[in-house]
Amino acid sequence: MILTIPSFALFGLLTILLGIGNPAVELGLALYALLPVIRNTRAGLGSVDPAVVDAARAMGMGPAQVLWRVELPLALPVIVAGLRQATVMVVAIATVGATVGANDLGQPLLEGIRGDDRDAIFAGALLVGLLGVGADATLAALERGLSRSRG
Amino acid sequence: MSGGRRPGTLRLALTPFAVGTGLLVLYLWVHTADVPPEEASVLSAGFLGTRVAQHVELTVTSFLIAAAIALPLGVAAARSGRALRVPLLLAANLGQAVPSIALLALVFTVTGFTFRTTVIALVVYAVLPILRNTLAGLQGVDPDAVEAARGMGMSPVQVLARVEVPLASPVILAGLRTALVLVVGTATLGNFVGGGGLGDVIESGLTASGLEPASRIVVVGAVLVAALALTADWMLGLVERAVVPATWEER
Amino acid sequence: MISLEHVTRHYGDRVAVDDLSVEIAAGELAVLVGPSGCGKTTTLRMINRLVEPTSGTIRVGGRDTRELPVTELRRSIGYVIQQGGLLPHLTVAENVATVPRLLRWDRARTRARVEELLELVGLPPAEYASRLPRALSGGERQRVGVARALGADPPVLLMDEPFSALDPITRLRLQGELLRVQSLVRKTIVVVTHDIDEALRLGDRVVLMRTGGRIAQVATPGTLLAHPASDFVAGFLGGDRTLRRLALVPLRSAELRPADGAAAVERVEAAASLRDALEAVLRSPDGRAAVVDGDRVLGVADAEVIRRAAATG
Repeated sequence: MILTIPSFALFGLLTILLGIGNPAVELGLALYALLPVIRNTRAGLGSVDPAVVDAARAMGMGPAQVLWRVELPLALPVIVAGLRQATVMVVAIATVGATVGANDLGQPLLEGIRGDDRDAIFAGALLVGLLGVGADATLAALERGLSRSRG
Repeated sequence: MSGGRRPGTLRLALTPFAVGTGLLVLYLWVHTADVPPEEASVLSAGFLGTRVAQHVELTVTSFLIAAAIALPLGVAAARSGRALRVPLLLAANLGQAVPSIALLALVFTVTGFTFRTTVIALVVYAVLPILRNTLAGLQGVDPDAVEAARGMGMSPVQVLARVEVPLASPVILAGLRTALVLVVGTATLGNFVGGGGLGDVIESGLTASGLEPASRIVVVGAVLVAALALTADWMLGLVERAVVPATWEER
Repeated sequence: MISLEHVTRHYGDRVAVDDLSVEIAAGELAVLVGPSGCGKTTTLRMINRLVEPTSGTIRVGGRDTRELPVTELRRSIGYVIQQGGLLPHLTVAENVATVPRLLRWDRARTRARVEELLELVGLPPAEYASRLPRALSGGERQRVGVARALGADPPVLLMDEPFSALDPITRLRLQGELLRVQSLVRKTIVVVTHDIDEALRLGDRVVLMRTGGRIAQVATPGTLLAHPASDFVAGFLGGDRTLRRLALVPLRSAELRPADGAAAVERVEAAASLRDALEAVLRSPDGRAAVVDGDRVLGVADAEVIRRAAATG
């Protein structure tokens, strides 16, 4: 549901509460990032083989031990996938934050449009692209590493 | 972003009420308050009506163009070999990570401060989820069903129209829904490159009088955009309901 | 009805079917059987051109299959695949009506045909017509698959591993159903299976294939069991082929001992097979069983009678 609300609208509303600048945008981004992380954590925990959980309980693990030693480690690749989605999304949406006064890579883009300054636009787009792709690649590598070590 | 899950009955039933109530409360709130004259011009029916109309125009135009490009492209990609499919999917996934403002700004460097700039950027954006889901939907069709249809003597076009597309429709529609919601949201940024729309309202609230934002205007703009996005999502949800009978959906 | 003449199919360097020639007569039920990878499915799929032969000629009803547009050819050949291959978004009735609709039959005719076919395969239309495939059991799906293949009353029916995904009991019952339906409709049927028992049970003739896409032997089930052409065929049939053959030879063909008045404990119907007779003989304390036709005693069978009948039959 929250993902349906356009970011500019959400940032605008939060600005009324928290004023122009970074805090409003940070809160907005946190709200957007929540959903993929929660969704994947749930899906990851739900996908753990019940037989494995049974076996762990049969060996005498308590609920907390089952969660920490069995369920979370097995669900980790899916959870990291959720973090990755959230990160890529947040990097992209953060630029919109510049419209409500956040100091980020959206600034050179906006200034570029306002002042018809192509260099600013290209520089901003390039940097934000590198940041997004870099974050994505790093987390993707982590995700692959995790799922490989777990067969 | 939003997955291939079919919208729940409860959500479909409640959305119109939620949106309606939100708009009603907004209307009463604005009308019962003392509105300073410099805000009144923005909050007039004329100004708001124009922006809503622009927003809808932007959204519908871009969405239709994107669908017209992405659906056939998705079918072609599903038919083609890996050589075309893999780079297309990679581009679709990478493109999703490009920030909307960056895309708008880049298109702006080519076409300048116009309505067209916004439409082009929105189309590029909306093509990706539609393309990805069309491809995924068609590839997810049970090969046995296709095999049986061919074996009975359906032509390739008949197999596509009578078997593959109906079976892939839940995934394809989910892609269309994602794209539409994305377009409504991104169109909010169109005002920065000359597209107008409801972003114009929010921005005039934010930049109204120096440091203090004009809260009322921002709220009105934001609620209208949110209402528009939820309504768009709701409408495609209804289409999905109608097209995909609950009875044969898996699990 | 169907003739394959020197048909070959290559996949790159691999030869799936190698210079295969076989004739299948009208009204005959032929079974293609062999180990996996022997090219039996490829052979079947070349008949309705889901696979194109690399070389050779295939005729159906005397006409080269390449003369017709491929969709027209396929509409005139019923096709049944494993698990039915039903279209999951269409009801049972709509599935069965697929080919009549492609052929633009009018509504009334299509509906009458659908009901007739559902009756034929033992699915009462009132109960089944509007169900969706996922609400059916495996056996019911397979029946719908057969009904659908018969949709436009094609003279030829191709069946690719039609019963392989079913449990043994359902499989046996549907095999019986197929033979019953065949006795009513008399189509030219080609069945592909990897199950030699199924082949022997269903086939008027069995085409036994071996790896490399070549024919090992073409024969009736009785001949195949009695005179396997090679060690490969004998091996594929298994060590108990003599016993199995007994199930195919009718007791009527045996020369019985005269009934000597001493009441035999076990009785067996003359319409039964040698296998049933042997069963009765083994069960009987004195090793003899009375062969009856209703109330009339025709004679007595014992182990020697069965042995001699098996050797000649």
